[in-house]
Amino acid sequence: MNNESLNILLADDDEDDRLLFEDAFKEVKVKTIVSLVNDGIELMKHLNASIENLPNLLFLDLNMPRKSGMECLDEIKSDERFKNIAIAIYSTSASEKDIEETLVRGANIYIKKPNDFSKLKKILSEVITINWQYHTSALNRDNFLLSI
Amino acid sequence: MKLYIKYNINEACKKIVEEQFEKLAIDFDMVGFAELNIKKNLTGIKLKQLNNLLNNYGIEIVESKKSILIQKIKAAITEMVYLEEKLPTSKVSYYLAKKLNQSYGYLSNLFSEVTYTTIENYIILQKIERVKELITAGELSFKEISWELNYSSLSHLSTQFKNKTGLTLSAFQRIINKRRNNND
Repeated sequence: MNNESLNILLADDDEDDRLLFEDAFKEVKVKTIVSLVNDGIELMKHLNASIENLPNLLFLDLNMPRKSGMECLDEIKSDERFKNIAIAIYSTSASEKDIEETLVRGANIYIKKPNDFSKLKKILSEVITINWQYHTSALNRDNFLLSI
Repeated sequence: MKLYIKYNINEACKKIVEEQFEKLAIDFDMVGFAELNIKKNLTGIKLKQLNNLLNNYGIEIVESKKSILIQKIKAAITEMVYLEEKLPTSKVSYYLAKKLNQSYGYLSNLFSEVTYTTIENYIILQKIERVKELITAGELSFKEISWELNYSSLSHLSTQFKNKTGLTLSAFQRIINKRRNNND
């Protein structure tokens, strides 16, 4: 197990969003290695091609073209090979129903996308720090649920 | 058919560690939760074999002095949250300093430097983990869980849980139950 850095994959079709995320990651203390994919089809291709080096944490946009975040979530959760990936869904929706639905389907984290950058940075920093604890302290990922 | 099991992580880990040592015929004593006394020094090859066996179970031999101390702090906290019937009411800082024979200031600085979180946050995280386990096991009511983990009241537990997970206790329980039903 590599305890030196957190392997992060970001799936988002919006370029501005991707840049914001990358900027936010840079300011987090935990060392991160970030990879990017543009949509759901690319995401599944990427995961299937990196079985030896899967991400520890996946940020998944719910609204992506070609294959939605929800479809990807179902596909990932039904595949035993991907069981150790923590999944953070983010969406502009803040409805309790959507949050619960995604967590029930197996996501670990639900992020309500904030409007301003400084809030986003704070949220990402929290998500990464808590993931780091799960990564380094062998905590039970099945019980890991966070809505932020 | 589906079975739900409850397991004791500490016992399980101890057993696994014991079995690996027996496989390699190494004499040892368990000193604490994650500390072992090896009676004879191990050769490099044997140490490597041992490490490989343990790695199969996600267990690692910790090497640097800093990591060892961090591991000890974490083990002391886990022990505090999981093993003791009731958490010590004496202050945690005193408990850890005494247990590890180091000043709390030193422990606390080192911990934050290496883990990017504070000892206080880590304790809360571990307590919340324990709460989740107890909710998942489904044997105790929320009220009983708050007693078990020394919260001053159920509302204290509810507030801390909501702050740390963004979910209410009952939402957490509902989600876990729905996941189970979906898998049946």
